[in-house]
Amino acid sequence: MRMPDTSEILLQVEGVSLAFGGVKALRDVSLDIRKGEIRAIIGPNGAGKTSMLNVINGFYHPNRGAITFKGRTRAQMQPFEASRGGIARTFQNVALFKGMSALDNIMAGRTLKMRRGLLWQMLRYGPALTEEIEHRHRVEEIIDFLEIEPIRKVPVARLPYGLQKRVELGRALAMEPDLLLLDEPMAGMNLEEKKDMSRFILDVNDYYGTTIALIEHDMAVVMDLSHRVVVLDHGVKIADGTPDEVKKDQGVIDAYLGIAH
Amino acid sequence: MLYREAGQFKTTYAEDMAIFPIRQDRMALAILLGIAFIGVPLLADFDIWPFGSDYLLRAILLPFLILALAAIGVNILVGYCGQISLGSGAFMAIGAYSAYKLGTGVHIPLDWLGFAISIPPLPVLLSILLGGLAAAVVGILFGIPSLRIKGLYLAVATLAAQFFFDWVFLRVPWFTNYAPSGSVSAPTLDFFGLNVGTPIERYMLCLIFVTVFAFLAKNLVRGNLGRQWMAIRDMDIAAELIGIRPLYAKLTAFAVSSFIIGVAGALWAFVYLGSWEPLAFSIERSLQLLFMVIIGGLGSIMGSFIGAAFILILPIMLNLLPTQLGVPLSTETITHLEFIIFGSLICYLLIKEPHGFARLISIGKEKLRLWPFPY
Repeated sequence: MRMPDTSEILLQVEGVSLAFGGVKALRDVSLDIRKGEIRAIIGPNGAGKTSMLNVINGFYHPNRGAITFKGRTRAQMQPFEASRGGIARTFQNVALFKGMSALDNIMAGRTLKMRRGLLWQMLRYGPALTEEIEHRHRVEEIIDFLEIEPIRKVPVARLPYGLQKRVELGRALAMEPDLLLLDEPMAGMNLEEKKDMSRFILDVNDYYGTTIALIEHDMAVVMDLSHRVVVLDHGVKIADGTPDEVKKDQGVIDAYLGIAH
Repeated sequence: MLYREAGQFKTTYAEDMAIFPIRQDRMALAILLGIAFIGVPLLADFDIWPFGSDYLLRAILLPFLILALAAIGVNILVGYCGQISLGSGAFMAIGAYSAYKLGTGVHIPLDWLGFAISIPPLPVLLSILLGGLAAAVVGILFGIPSLRIKGLYLAVATLAAQFFFDWVFLRVPWFTNYAPSGSVSAPTLDFFGLNVGTPIERYMLCLIFVTVFAFLAKNLVRGNLGRQWMAIRDMDIAAELIGIRPLYAKLTAFAVSSFIIGVAGALWAFVYLGSWEPLAFSIERSLQLLFMVIIGGLGSIMGSFIGAAFILILPIMLNLLPTQLGVPLSTETITHLEFIIFGSLICYLLIKEPHGFARLISIGKEKLRLWPFPY
């Protein structure tokens, strides 16, 4: 597996705390994501993994702490600012646009790159048509890459779960993100589908050079795919390091298997 | 066997993204447009059945075209962007009264400033389009709450718009040029020196408007903006995370939708009614438009036409049928029967196919492409 060639830090989370009323989802968590790496966030249920992703892409606003992305430090931002900055994500329970075709879903991911205004689009002529075709080319590349050519015109609600996940990955890729957040990309998949998805994740990282942060419960997948792993438990970071280091960590073993009392 | 796309290869994305990528669809549309633009005027010109009297043109085709246009507007907001609106009648009224004011000359006395704003009467075409623009501006204003409230609550907010403008046009005499009865008459329909008066001329005028707007609306909904609207409708959180601004998407939907509804309102008043009172744009009109869109198909431009035809023509058919069959029925019985049959038909349709006629047709097409094989 290719190791990231730089140790340049793309995203730095410093001392982030997040509470919903009395529930403390994250407690003083710090972590960094280096450019070009695949970073896994793992932990038992309710450890605060998804909350962490939501903080990173601006969906939750942390009570304390700061986030530095591409050298800019901020306490909070809006989701569309995160997308503008180059953060894309997929969701734990697929969040596709159900009434649209797979193609339209992925095309929607290009929204930020499309410039033509309402009047041009209304005429669909000249620059607007050129732009539409140009982006269609890029989207078709992604469709090729994810091997979903036969289903491009199918409404996504009709697709099986595994393919929906793939379309969702396609939509995130269409944004050409610098940082891709994957929330349980392999949840509910069979072995075959997991292998496919792992291959796509590695290819995305390798081919586009995209930095990836992923949450996953399948430990075999996590240990195989990721360069570095961070472990959360009850909103606290309990371990951080390469898969081998984390695997041997006593705290992690205790968190997953429980401690004899 | 007729409806097959076998052998129609597309070699560019432009071809694949055409409005009607399948040749048979293009031919069907060409035939339909041919009938509408050439066939109907010819038949009407020679007084050939069913154009012997003006009834078909005046009472069926004209309201069908205008309400189909309004339904396209409603469909953009409700069907494509998922924002339920019960205020379509109000936006039609705004289009109608703004066009009326602009067409007859605007005079705003500003006594406390010592002068008055006066705009001379504008040409009819310009006042109709500006009427649509006025509706768009009001639409944006009433769309602002949609950023905070959703679903049924938004429907209530737009209902407020409906009642507010009903009241305004009834009670503020400035809008009706101080007509004592509250009823106003449209200015002469003069288009670049061409006077539109006869039913067939009115029909052609509306047909041109509807064709152009349907074409533009179709382009919008299959472009980037249309995808943004549908994304907001289907999953607003995910839409926001891929960089769609809900503010922009929702307000453009409100603006475009209200513009089209406003133009339809101006046409309804100027071309169909001729003279009208605020009652012409009451809550019933809003509900009628909403039903058209739901029955025709949410999120389908073609569905707007089908819905308009269904809602408008079915009651007339139900009215005519007993007489045609020679069954003597009293007028009250017919009216009651109409309600019963109409209501049960709508219930049946919505249970069998909640996505309306447009979905039924697309399912039919999919089946036809494979016929005689099931898959």
